Amino acid sequence: MKKPLAAFVAGLIFAVGLAIAGMTQPSKVVGFLDFFGQWDPSLAFVMVGAIGVHFVLFRLILKRGTPVFGGRFEVPTRKDLTPALLGGSALFGIGWGLGGFCPGPGIASLASFGAEAAVFVGTMALGMLAYRLFEAQRR
Amino acid sequence: MEHFTPLASTLGGVLIGISASLLLLFNGRIAGISGIFSGLLLPRPADRADAQELGWRAAFVGGLVVGGAVMFALQPQLFAVTYDRSLLTIAVAGLVVGFGVRLGSGCTSGHGVCGISRFSRRSIVATVTFIATGALTVLAVRLLGGVS
Repeated sequence: MKKPLAAFVAGLIFAVGLAIAGMTQPSKVVGFLDFFGQWDPSLAFVMVGAIGVHFVLFRLILKRGTPVFGGRFEVPTRKDLTPALLGGSALFGIGWGLGGFCPGPGIASLASFGAEAAVFVGTMALGMLAYRLFEAQRR
Repeated sequence: MEHFTPLASTLGGVLIGISASLLLLFNGRIAGISGIFSGLLLPRPADRADAQELGWRAAFVGGLVVGGAVMFALQPQLFAVTYDRSLLTIAVAGLVVGFGVRLGSGCTSGHGVCGISRFSRRSIVATVTFIATGALTVLAVRLLGGVS
């Protein structure tokens, strides 16, 4: 039960961070992406705060060799820049700019009972299912 | 610039960095939300019967929802939706995001926070790409006079 508990606490803190940061207000996200209009640079500070902390702690944590609750560190090691990486990220950005939601804030906003977050998370799940079918076709 | 919130946004970012560090320290996993959510919703065949694998994913997503609920109870204005995008537009956005994050192996959390913190070349390219297409989309929406 230790690993789910750690994951639950991490998810909880993540959601609190997203809300305080302003990421659960889609209009604020759109404002951040509006470089050519009324640009609101706030969300750049979210990245600075998050990367600043994780950049330092990531290195300290990996010195342990193994995670506290066992197993091994599963950190991506790929370095290849593929059309899938670029195309997928480009599509994600289009959807992000269109709706103002990315996956984390969408899920964290479900308990606000707004129709927007519910529609976003539901259709995002469908999009993930569509990718799974696409992936199976491609093989 | 009336909505500029550098202090709150930095503090929120610090919490996100702490969360990602906790998940790595205790469970050895990357806090990439699209990957965690997708792995819960559509588990790979190898993980389908793996209660441990599904368990921590469910707990993380549950923590996200409960954390959001707590913040909504305390500060509902942090969840205000104040733009004019219709539910149809949001539905299209959700579909494109869901497909895109899986094709691109990550989203704002996995690439934008965790990957950049490791100086991963793939994550830096992914983040620059999705911010660029996001900005172009917002510009296009404005030039076309909004979406309804």
